[in-house]
Amino acid sequence: MIRFIIRRLLLSIPVLLGVVFIVFLLVRVIPGDPCEAALQERATPETCQRFGERFGLNKPVLPFVIKDKGGFLGFGVTTDPASIINNQFFIYTGDLLTGDLGESIRNGQPVTEILVERMPTTIELTVYALLFAITVGMTLGVISAYRRNSVADVGTMVVANLGVSIPVFVLGLVFAFTFAIVLKDTIFELPPTGRLNAGFQPQDIAVAWGMPDLAGPPRTVLDFIGNMYTVNGLLTLNSRLFFDALRHLILPAVALGTIPMAIIARMTRSSLLEVLGQDYVRTARAKGMKPRVVMFRHGLRNALLPVVTVIGLSIGTLLSGAILTETIFGLTGMGRTIYESIFGRDYIVVQGFSLIVAVIYVLVNLIVDISYGYLDPRVRLA
Amino acid sequence: MSQATTFDVTGQPLPGTDAPAVARGERSTLRRVLRQRSAIVGLAILAFLFAVAIFADFIATYPPNQVLIGVEPDAKPRLGPCIHFLGCPTTQSQHYFGLDGNARDEFSRVVHGARTSLAVGFITVIWSIIIGALIGAVAGYSGGRLDNFLMRIMDMLLAFPALLLAIVVVTILGKGLTNAMIAIGIVALPIYARVMRASVLSVREQDYVTAARALGDSSMGILRRRVVPNALTPIIVQGTLGIGGAVLEIAALSFLGLAAQAPTAEWGVMIGTERNQLFTAPLLSFIPGVALTLTVLGFNLLGDGLRDAFDPRLAR
Repeated sequence: MIRFIIRRLLLSIPVLLGVVFIVFLLVRVIPGDPCEAALQERATPETCQRFGERFGLNKPVLPFVIKDKGGFLGFGVTTDPASIINNQFFIYTGDLLTGDLGESIRNGQPVTEILVERMPTTIELTVYALLFAITVGMTLGVISAYRRNSVADVGTMVVANLGVSIPVFVLGLVFAFTFAIVLKDTIFELPPTGRLNAGFQPQDIAVAWGMPDLAGPPRTVLDFIGNMYTVNGLLTLNSRLFFDALRHLILPAVALGTIPMAIIARMTRSSLLEVLGQDYVRTARAKGMKPRVVMFRHGLRNALLPVVTVIGLSIGTLLSGAILTETIFGLTGMGRTIYESIFGRDYIVVQGFSLIVAVIYVLVNLIVDISYGYLDPRVRLA
Repeated sequence: MSQATTFDVTGQPLPGTDAPAVARGERSTLRRVLRQRSAIVGLAILAFLFAVAIFADFIATYPPNQVLIGVEPDAKPRLGPCIHFLGCPTTQSQHYFGLDGNARDEFSRVVHGARTSLAVGFITVIWSIIIGALIGAVAGYSGGRLDNFLMRIMDMLLAFPALLLAIVVVTILGKGLTNAMIAIGIVALPIYARVMRASVLSVREQDYVTAARALGDSSMGILRRRVVPNALTPIIVQGTLGIGGAVLEIAALSFLGLAAQAPTAEWGVMIGTERNQLFTAPLLSFIPGVALTLTVLGFNLLGDGLRDAFDPRLAR
């Protein structure tokens, strides 16, 4: 098993390196001058010269490759031998190795700082969406397979088929309308935007825990965790904060989690039905085992493999959907930040955030592969 | 001219060459597809949508971009629906879904939106299949370094969430429907490349391919006559499911203001421009939303039905 994990880890290194390179290049192919986008009317040749120097944008992009507005995809060729070492890509990868993602072109804020602020929003949203997708999806799938061809089965599959076809942004708007307007002033009313009601403030966890002077990476970690407001509420024992944050999360998380939920339900059903048709399940039934035990011990465990794949793949759907969900529900998370930074030509932020998203994605796929090896030992040999 | 049937050493016809067998196969395939309930429902939905798209000019009651202020005395932005049959006074002009924010007939715009969405979905998937299948076929057939190189590039494309990659590509190419179609197509390339490559790999080592090669068939001939017909089924299934996805993603890009641009009658644009009026005119966002969902549902159901028909193991 350890050899399998190591092999998979090593295999993901070239993909990650490729991702770093592609992100770096794509961001530089985006047309438009970052200096003009950042400084707007203050952009003059002199200020842009200084701007380029500050953010290293005047340097060659790659060895012997410079940014040239007239060239192929905005790139041109240089003969300067110094460009072999002194180029943006080497400096960027060097900084990456030290954990430095650079500074925002627009406001000079370090990208890592923006990440600590905004990534928790997206993580919290996707985790709740995934929780919803897995629990509801698998339950529906099991019920559907257990009562095959019943009304419950047909109903579940209709819901699943609709769920997989309804766009996130449409569902989000329907939810916002239903729960904020139609059900206004009932106990089902839910807020359509934001993360907390007015009057609620997340507490600084370090302060709440009596360590106001804590600094460095531990403080960053605490700040990061504290920006997930439901976790913040739990860790500072503030139940009102927890429930307020949770109420704000329900609509976006359910909207975001509906497509994965439907996919998981369908996959659980079909995979379970296939397993339940196997000889060993018939044997287990013939032995006189209770249907429920057969379902869970023999059926579900063996049906999990394709379900785990689908769960892994849904992380990508969730990260894509987060851009739309955050737009509709007014959340400033990673998706929204990347989207806005692309328009603001904030290369460095787009680069940093896209890289983190891609790395998360690659790592999730890695975990899915490893869990295959755990669930089905035959995979380790493949 | 019909092609002569080739036989293997045992006298059995080689797959993919026997014309009557192919025709028989096609008939039974069609029957298998039509036995799938989901395929029937999907086909029915799509038939309806295609009819709407083809006859949009006759069904729509107004030109999709006609602003009605000054044309009709009572026209104003976001005027509610007026259906004479349901009791709306006949002195008022009939608007089934009301008027949008620019006082254009919403019904006519939704009807014309079907044309845009279906065309966009088909074109995107077709170009993506052609390029993706070509990459997959070359990778699978050549093997070795070229295979490795091409498939690693495909892996890297898969390392990004689809919509994020599409947004970046559209930003590079510039806003607009054509560029969005290119972007969504690029994002889907790896799927078709993988399906095609897997088919090529499985077919390449088959005895009948070896036999064809021994009989002096050229590489291109083998690829065209043995490999492609075998890979076609999974590609068609994947492509049908892909059209739904493409329609959805292009609508999402339009919603974000990156694909179709106002005043184009496209459902994503219509939802995007009216979403801030959700509290006063929810229908203007919901109706294009329902149309969009119906389209995606149609393709998904048909794709599921096709998959179940071609892979009876999954048909439950």
